Amino acid sequence: MVNYNERLDRIFAALVDPTRRAILARLEREDGASISALAQPFVIKLPAVMKHLDVLADAGLITRSKVGRTVTVRLRPEPMRAAMDWLRRYERFWSKSLDRLVAYAESKEAEARTRRR
Amino acid sequence: MTSLTLVRRIKARPSIVFDALTTPEGVASWWGPDSGPVLLAEIDPQVGGRFRIRFRMLDGSEHESSGEYLEVVKPERLCMSWRWTGGVEDPGESLVEIRLRAVAEGTELTFTHSRLHDEESRRSHEEGWTGALDKLERQFLANERSSP
Repeated sequence: MVNYNERLDRIFAALVDPTRRAILARLEREDGASISALAQPFVIKLPAVMKHLDVLADAGLITRSKVGRTVTVRLRPEPMRAAMDWLRRYERFWSKSLDRLVAYAESKEAEARTRRR
Repeated sequence: MTSLTLVRRIKARPSIVFDALTTPEGVASWWGPDSGPVLLAEIDPQVGGRFRIRFRMLDGSEHESSGEYLEVVKPERLCMSWRWTGGVEDPGESLVEIRLRAVAEGTELTFTHSRLHDEESRRSHEEGWTGALDKLERQFLANERSSP
């Protein structure tokens, strides 16, 4: 397996750029858009858009396929899910732990009050 | 969301909550996402001191994290570096910050785990792409369901 962290690094690095996020958001509405259609709303030139698409493809977030002279771009869900799962693990860990901390501290507080009486 | 913030209101005074966070007995009784046991709790809550905590989950998996206390202000603030250790998935060092504020009912605890990924993702968090991520993910899931 390719290093898990390296893979996550690539995904997060790909997502950090606002233009790339805009491209993903566009694909979300319009999966299978052509590269020229994707480039159209941006002031940057086509080669720059192509570079962004390379980064997204390296992260596994999109695939490109050529039909005739048109290259279409599609989203890939798995890497995004890997990134979200990774983040959720932290949330689960801390959320559950803190709930238990609350219960523990409250029982200690109750004990302290009983003792004082 | 490479930074995680959670808030809890606790019916206990800040000093009790602080002790629960900084004593081995305290930590051993709540640390971990399920009722699996804490196997090891070494805690030296002073600036420059370290902690190492190991727990076993009910599914049998064991996890350990360690780090260094960067700020210790009893009973209101704890800040420490954090790292999963002894496992295969080590995403590097992150930062845990816990603030306790006295409120009428007891304590308001604000927990933040940040720098969960690299420098870049921290910046991106400031740009606020959490919502965008969530939305994208929902869409991905929806697409998958609707695809044949």
